Amino acid sequence: MLYALLIYEKPDDFARRDSPVESETYAGAWRAYHRALLDAGIFVSGKPLDAPETATTVRVRESKRDIQDGPYSNTKEQLGGFTLLELPSLDAALEWAARCPAASYGVVEVRPIAVEMEPRVTVANSN
Amino acid sequence: MQIRIDEPAHRAVEAVARESYGRLVALLAARTRDVAGAEDALADALVAALTTWPRDGIPKNPQGWLLTVARNRLLDHARHQQVHEHSTPTLKLMTRQFDETADPDTWPDERLKLLFVCAHPAIDPNIHTPLMLQTVLGLDAVAVGRALLVAPKTIGQRLVRAKNKIRQARIAFEIPTPDQIPERLKAVLNAIYAAYGNSWEDASGADQRITELGQEAIWLARVLREQIPDDPEVRGLLALMLYCESRRPARRSADGRFVPLSDQDPKDWCMPIIEEAEAELTIAFQMRRPGRFQIEAAIQSVHAERAHTGRTDSAAIAAFYDQLMQLAPSVGGAVARAAAHAEVRGPEAGLTLLDQIDSQAVISYQPYWAVRAHLLRQLNSAEGAADAYDRAIGLSEDPAVRDFLTERRNRLTPQ
Repeated sequence: MLYALLIYEKPDDFARRDSPVESETYAGAWRAYHRALLDAGIFVSGKPLDAPETATTVRVRESKRDIQDGPYSNTKEQLGGFTLLELPSLDAALEWAARCPAASYGVVEVRPIAVEMEPRVTVANSN
Repeated sequence: MQIRIDEPAHRAVEAVARESYGRLVALLAARTRDVAGAEDALADALVAALTTWPRDGIPKNPQGWLLTVARNRLLDHARHQQVHEHSTPTLKLMTRQFDETADPDTWPDERLKLLFVCAHPAIDPNIHTPLMLQTVLGLDAVAVGRALLVAPKTIGQRLVRAKNKIRQARIAFEIPTPDQIPERLKAVLNAIYAAYGNSWEDASGADQRITELGQEAIWLARVLREQIPDDPEVRGLLALMLYCESRRPARRSADGRFVPLSDQDPKDWCMPIIEEAEAELTIAFQMRRPGRFQIEAAIQSVHAERAHTGRTDSAAIAAFYDQLMQLAPSVGGAVARAAAHAEVRGPEAGLTLLDQIDSQAVISYQPYWAVRAHLLRQLNSAEGAADAYDRAIGLSEDPAVRDFLTERRNRLTPQ
């Protein structure tokens, strides 16, 4: 089963990425976590996202484009990254979510990949 | 009607629910074997109390009041069902009850039977602990899920399934026969320890609910000890949890940093709890039937000795771990044994023991990597230690532990 870990962080957390004092601890914890995912053989993919200020939203309504600066949601916690894991159960996914560094300073949302939906909306690889 | 939280009647309902939930569920379910039905009936009775008690006053015998209302709900339900199902025997069983107007202290205590039902071999061992937490202690699915790190919806479904099984398979509410007791008791003890273990991992004590779970596990062990006073493992488990509990305040410095056992100041340990643990373990040892929990408690007792002697008898700890691995081998025990032998015979001896553990079993086991890092650091193998620290950091859940390991890792000096 595929599970997505959606990582939500506060503005301070995004700032910590560039802080020379804290970035070593911050990056160190993430590096170690990533390593643990690889060692366990469960990591499928995942990336950190740049800060929410760098986001641009796009809507098309009645053939008109609406382009805006900034992230979609106005909440304090913003999507900061995602990880896709191959795991046997939700229980296992929660365990890995709890180990995620963001779980102790932000929020980690665990969502299963929609298995019913996927074959209908994805195209088989032609290679 | 608005019910104010600070109302005495409301607090009384809460107090009775808190104190007597498991007892009442056990009494209600003992004859019907329908745990879910008993819980629903008790929930109805509690709701009725919330509306009635503030208006009419708190009854003289609150438990008897709740039991009567809950039992009437069950009877109504059974009469209703009877039309469809011919369940006359159930109805007969239920009406042949004790007098609930009597002093609650004279009621039979069915909680022990309920504990054995929760840890019945016909029920998936993974659900033993959640079932106990819910039916004996009255925690809801959200609280159980939070404590055991399982989604509340998942735990809710599993609990419903387990309760259906109890009813449909007609699992008996009875004390096992003497020849069955050791095996059946093992499952009960494991389930209680699992509840405590999860509480212990939340060392920061940040989550009050989880901290309370440690107390709940100890309370369950005390109930067991009252009812089965001559089983040494029951007392061993109680002693083990009490020793761990006595050190809870010492696991964090004033500024919230993680303090490993070896660095803890015994002055921060809670001596009355240690004394209670000592007393339990002494009685257990006098029965001369050693077991896993007694040995684990003995290991903690050696650590606790430091409060009196100022030193730790590492050789005794290592010997107890050897014995533990003979009796109840586990990955956790093997890692702890390696750490114990390293204290006596040096880091290389510890590493040798770590290397003997199945590598597949420890890929995602944090304590293995933390111990390995610690030993490699002592051997001045900076590179290997850094690697092991990284793996331990990546597997840590507690931010204070993560910070502690990161700090040690950053202090490594390259060769």
